[in-house]
Amino acid sequence: MPAEPGAGRAETLRALLPALALAAMLALIVYLQPRAMSYNGMRLLLNFSLPLIFAALAQLCVIAASDIDLGLGAFIGLVNSLSALLLATRPLLGALAMLACVLAYAGMGAFIAVRRLPSIVVTLGASFVWLGLALLVLPTPGGSAPEWLAALVRLKPPLLPLPVVFAIALAAFGHWFFMRSSYGVVLRGIGGAPQAVARAGWSLLAGRAALYGLAGVFGCLAGLLLTGLNTTGDANFGAPYTLLSIAAVIVGGGEFTGGIVAPVGAVLGAFIMLLTGSLLSFMDVSTDWQLSVQGAILIVVLGTRALQRQAAA
Amino acid sequence: MNSARRWLDTNPWIWSLCGAIAVWGLTIASVGGRGAGATLSTALGFATFYVVVGIGQMLVISAGPGNIDLSIPSVMTLAGYLAMGVMQAQDARLALGCAVALGVGLAAGVANLVLIRGLKIPPMIATLAAGFIMQSMTIAYSRGSTAKPAPLLLAASLARVGSVPVIALIFLAVAALVALGLARSVFGRSVLAIGQNPRAAYLAGIRIGRTMALVYILSALLAALAGLLLAAYSGGASLNMSEDFLLMSIAVVVLGGTSIAGGQASVAGVWTASLLLYLIVTMLNVFGVGAGLRYILTGLIIIGVLAVAKGRPTA
Amino acid sequence: MPDDGTIEPLIRLRGIGKRFGAVRALDAVDLDIAPGERLGIVGHNGAGKSTLMQVLAGTLTADAGSIAIAGAVPRGYDVRRAHALGIGCVFQELSLCPNLRVFETVRILHHGLRGFGWPRRARRLIGAALDAIFPGHAIGTDATIGALPIGQRQMVEIARIFTETDRALRLVILDEPTSSLGARAAEQLLDFIRQAAARGIACLFVSHRLQEVLSHTDRVVVMRDGQVVADAPAAGLTRARLVAHMGMTGGETARGEMAQAASARPLRVDLALPGGALRAHAGEVIGLAGLDGHGQRDALLRIFAGQHGRAAYVSGDRPREGVFPLWSVARNLTVGLLGRLAHAGFLRPAEERALADAWRSRIGIRTPDVAQPILSLSGGNQQKVLIARAVAGTADILLLDDPMRGVDVGTKRDLFAAVRAEAAEGRCVLLYTTETAELEHCDRTYVFYRGAITAEIARETLSEERVLRASFADAG
Repeated sequence: MPAEPGAGRAETLRALLPALALAAMLALIVYLQPRAMSYNGMRLLLNFSLPLIFAALAQLCVIAASDIDLGLGAFIGLVNSLSALLLATRPLLGALAMLACVLAYAGMGAFIAVRRLPSIVVTLGASFVWLGLALLVLPTPGGSAPEWLAALVRLKPPLLPLPVVFAIALAAFGHWFFMRSSYGVVLRGIGGAPQAVARAGWSLLAGRAALYGLAGVFGCLAGLLLTGLNTTGDANFGAPYTLLSIAAVIVGGGEFTGGIVAPVGAVLGAFIMLLTGSLLSFMDVSTDWQLSVQGAILIVVLGTRALQRQAAA
Repeated sequence: MNSARRWLDTNPWIWSLCGAIAVWGLTIASVGGRGAGATLSTALGFATFYVVVGIGQMLVISAGPGNIDLSIPSVMTLAGYLAMGVMQAQDARLALGCAVALGVGLAAGVANLVLIRGLKIPPMIATLAAGFIMQSMTIAYSRGSTAKPAPLLLAASLARVGSVPVIALIFLAVAALVALGLARSVFGRSVLAIGQNPRAAYLAGIRIGRTMALVYILSALLAALAGLLLAAYSGGASLNMSEDFLLMSIAVVVLGGTSIAGGQASVAGVWTASLLLYLIVTMLNVFGVGAGLRYILTGLIIIGVLAVAKGRPTA
Repeated sequence: MPDDGTIEPLIRLRGIGKRFGAVRALDAVDLDIAPGERLGIVGHNGAGKSTLMQVLAGTLTADAGSIAIAGAVPRGYDVRRAHALGIGCVFQELSLCPNLRVFETVRILHHGLRGFGWPRRARRLIGAALDAIFPGHAIGTDATIGALPIGQRQMVEIARIFTETDRALRLVILDEPTSSLGARAAEQLLDFIRQAAARGIACLFVSHRLQEVLSHTDRVVVMRDGQVVADAPAAGLTRARLVAHMGMTGGETARGEMAQAASARPLRVDLALPGGALRAHAGEVIGLAGLDGHGQRDALLRIFAGQHGRAAYVSGDRPREGVFPLWSVARNLTVGLLGRLAHAGFLRPAEERALADAWRSRIGIRTPDVAQPILSLSGGNQQKVLIARAVAGTADILLLDDPMRGVDVGTKRDLFAAVRAEAAEGRCVLLYTTETAELEHCDRTYVFYRGAITAEIARETLSEERVLRASFADAG
């Protein structure tokens, strides 16, 4: 029997949906606050998305393996604390600490692969380790950002504001790596059917370590950008990024299981999640409700997707 | 030899019990043998809160891969706040307050269910999202509300028989009931069957919808109960009162020997693991260790236990 | 051993042994495979066929013995060595990633397929292989695997093994390759294997379908208890001799005895389907036939969903749809009867045990104790437990979904006897099977094609040819 012709259309729709949602949100924001349309308006609106787009890609790496990372926020907090404490004063030690963080993430992936553990519990346990380490090195908020990092986030490239430039570059890289490169196929295959990939002679251990290592790299970059934006460190700064990164990946068209991910969508999803805050404040809604709105967006997206599937079946 | 091995495999809680005894001994030894009874009695009281949420989480996790309740801490805080708010520290309004707490639990359980079963959202994200909504409801509600328990409830949460906290006794009995239910009741068998193989469970005629509904509602009800008791026990609700309970609810389940892959639960393990985790906190406090190291150790213990736990046989 | 000395064997196995705990899966197996030879391996469950294939494919390492390939003994033999030496394997369970596209699965197999333009090369490889093996397949190279029906997935998996990049293919191992294929695709595959053999590609073929093995291989090896017990040219063999070698007596086709007027008894199932209604009466055994994936299973599931509590379902896919791996034999059996065993929501252990013991002797489950874990049983005995679970209840309707999949001939006979006995007691049995021989146990057979019923055949007029004709309703 031939495949359903509708399946292809549903896929296209899924890829387009985050873009349409983002466009609608931007339109609404511009309607409420016309000044947001300018270069500087966009910059102000989106600047705090810098850590989130990297966090989203970090989460995407883990979700590609059909895993989930509940410790990403704490990890970003750790990088934030470490970099604020070390990078400005002892750059070499700071760089080594960053490297150690990435290796720890790769190691966590390897551990999950070797022991075949559920990532949710391991990453949740690890989140306490990251948080504890961050509190150990930086018991109270403090430290400072190195000059180059603070300068980086203040950059004003021509035509497009920095967050948009970063987002385009990151989306392009993610799409190439996961959807086009030959090793990306193997990594997604691990998320789809690990046994099938192992039977073709690939190392699941290496694959998971690579995915988690890459997540560690993106997580580190997110933490560094957070330091640059806040010019200080705090063990708890990273906390919101766990939910936001998961939401960005899902809203962007990814699935929790089966290695189904969409890097471009994840970057768009990051913007969508970030803009909910701005939208609420433009609409004069108390920020107390921001968490509710973000939770509701996730529910609506996943709910619609499930209903769509039901209708298709 | 072989039968001893098998006994250990089917009674994994023994490890956390040994751990709890060791940590207790170490703590007592470090202060020259004083306060052994008092330490244990306090631990029993605090561990009870972990047990209450742990049993709910255990039921959910036993129902199979993907099932987890991440809304527990939010349900606790919301139930604690609303109950305290309704009680207004008056005994006359005690029953109303308790009813509100349980109502919050029931509503949260039903909401989770609608998302999971109705909208087919993966439980992890459904409960996480529902949790966030409840959290922001609590934040919005908490502004300008007093949150003190009724004196009677406060007294009850602190009451002791001899040196054993009454709430500990109550939940020892509850745990025994749950253990019996898991082994012998239709509901228990259904949960464990679904946890091992949901497809086979459906085809064997098990009522999946009914069973899962009960599992998630029980988890939310227990979380609400824990929130009510904890708010009373600590003299009032606060926004960060359930901070640690997300990880702890999962930690006591995993440490206690419940299979994270589903289909196998250990109620005794929830108790022994709760004691162990609380005694570790006590020990580190006695040693004067800061919060950072305590978090690290807790995290490492959970990961360590996962590392040595026996894998599940493959079909 | 056909060691004629003129050709050096492609594969030479000597003294291969493999243990899993206390179980000796392979015991000193010697086997030669010549280039371009089509070798069939038969034997019942647990005979060691799958283990042997996995050792050959490099996914399992033997504990003892040696493997020589084209005269050389490769060091550190594993999947990647096997692949480099031109050995490919299609496993019994599908091993494709459902989230990948057809051409991407080729990349998973070929480690060397990378660098600029690899997607184009991959599309060409898989497209050509599909065209060559399954002409008229209608599978797009960009289709997502998960969106393909199971038969097409199996085609992709088989075609993928025949793609060649950096090395020439020398041996293809196929474990039950035709189990998910329709009759036409199976025929195409067997033809293609003949052509491939002519080009020098050897093929090792494992199947429970003895007739298929006999007519499409050059040589047949029979395995029993981890050893090779017979090795002879296919031309001189018969089905009966194979069965005898496998350690069982022949003749499993004793027909059921009841032939009362079924329509006089109460109607149990009446399912409206395109092309007619599926009707079944109490006491009847009804067959559902046709190519795999043409709506038979959906029909069974619909009946199950619509008759909650009155129908019991037995699937042949034990690990995924039948067994509760952590439980004992007894608990696996009683799980289907919880409602009936409960007293105020609770079960009584003694009652449970007595029931399990009764069924153990009644249906012949080979285990010393029903408290043993279900996984300690062989596949066939596990299936007996599942059948017992279904028939021990009060369900009027038994829905059997390819229940004999991977079950050896002896157990199959026992199970069909049990099924007929249940029907004789007034139950209504619906049996879906892809093996026409099993339809002889049915009073009537409905043939499915694209979700519709295309024929209803009474047992007296049942023939393979009639079933096949109805299975290709649009072909004429």
